[in-house]
Amino acid sequence: MADLGEEVKLIGSSNSLFSSRPRVALKLKGVDYDFLQEKWWQKSDLLLESNPVYKKIPVLIHNNKPVCESMIIVEYIDETWTSKGPSILPSDPYDRAMARFWTAYSDDKFPSLLRVLTGPVPGEIPEAREQFVASLQLLEAALEKCNKGKIFFGGDDIGYLDIALGSHFGWIEATEKLAGIRLLEKEKVPRLAEWCEHYFGHPAVKDIMPMTEELVAFATEVKSSFSAPAK
Amino acid sequence: MAEKEVKLFGNWASTYTLRVEWALKLKGIEYEYVNEDIPFNKSEELLRLNPVTKKIPVLVHNGKPLAESLVIIEYIDDTWTKGYSIMPKDPYDRAQARFWAKFADDKCMSAMYSVSTSSGEAQQKMLQEAREAFQILEQALGSKKFFGGDQIGYLDLAITLLAFWIPILEEIVSVSMVDNENAPLLKEWFTRILDVDMIKTSLPPRDKMYELSKQRREQFFSGQI
Repeated sequence: MADLGEEVKLIGSSNSLFSSRPRVALKLKGVDYDFLQEKWWQKSDLLLESNPVYKKIPVLIHNNKPVCESMIIVEYIDETWTSKGPSILPSDPYDRAMARFWTAYSDDKFPSLLRVLTGPVPGEIPEAREQFVASLQLLEAALEKCNKGKIFFGGDDIGYLDIALGSHFGWIEATEKLAGIRLLEKEKVPRLAEWCEHYFGHPAVKDIMPMTEELVAFATEVKSSFSAPAK
Repeated sequence: MAEKEVKLFGNWASTYTLRVEWALKLKGIEYEYVNEDIPFNKSEELLRLNPVTKKIPVLVHNGKPLAESLVIIEYIDDTWTKGYSIMPKDPYDRAQARFWAKFADDKCMSAMYSVSTSSGEAQQKMLQEAREAFQILEQALGSKKFFGGDQIGYLDLAITLLAFWIPILEEIVSVSMVDNENAPLLKEWFTRILDVDMIKTSLPPRDKMYELSKQRREQFFSGQI
């Protein structure tokens, strides 16, 4: 049940990892919301109305005002429900900037690499894999440097960067299965491997992230619908 | 908070650098500026400070480096809390400002780049996309004086160089990307923002910008970049 006078809706999808970002944030803050699920093959009128620019999920609608772009939504959630739950952004301005920097880096790198790794051109996979693994090494070093010996990028609890990375890392196992390759090797990135275990087991995360099997099925479905002969 | 040392690595013609400089100027922060000869001659110091993306601008404050212009602007606003407010106060307005800055970078900048590095029929298609992108961007302005309202703010800083640069590119490539037909309010904002004292006195020289843009276009077509 929503707080008195508050109406919170989230347009998204349970197998969308970008949608998982605001869902984790809302769970951390203990904010109730209506989850309006989109079908991937057909966009709803509400989505098109609420996000006419990009027409993409997720979209948060708070008291009838839409907020778009997953990490912008996460920040909005943190800035709006300040007295509920933990802080999602770090309190120190420099730490905040570093969290935003690494988020921008990951959002720039990972989606396109994951697309190639699960894409129809096997010849492109080795190069994409190399770049992916190199990015993991950078994140491993960042984790060592910035979390001061704690598990999460946010410290004792998950925060902005953990949520951002979680949505890319959620695809790793599914991608490994679909492409038949190893991406996250515990021996090479031990801290990240440990981070993964803790992040995906976190109470605000574990019931939200889609299972690997679900993602593999979803990716397969989308891929085959695009390569099906036109009727 | 006492400021110790602020250093900015950037490039005189870069919209990303200028945004950060304007943010520093709005706050009245003194800084040392280092011009980087991009893209082929980056200094060792820059590569050491930003080994991840190797890009400008990089702000160094008290010895700690930061990259990504929009991230840097928010850092400046969060750190020097007295004086000018760059970000809106209300969370919804902040979300809108961030959304539109991202749109401007993702869609408008890339559309401009595509128009200036294409020709013929391909260019016509890119031009159409650019015109649509600017028409959409105008929604963020509406009938306000500036994107930030009565005063310039985050989104104005993000987009200001376009007001200066688009007319130059339009001249070089002989097209119209922003005009009274697709974005009249945005066109009026171009005039207003370029008239703001702080902006007016810190723009790059127009002829230098013209020459550089022309050169980049030629380099692109000859495969150098």
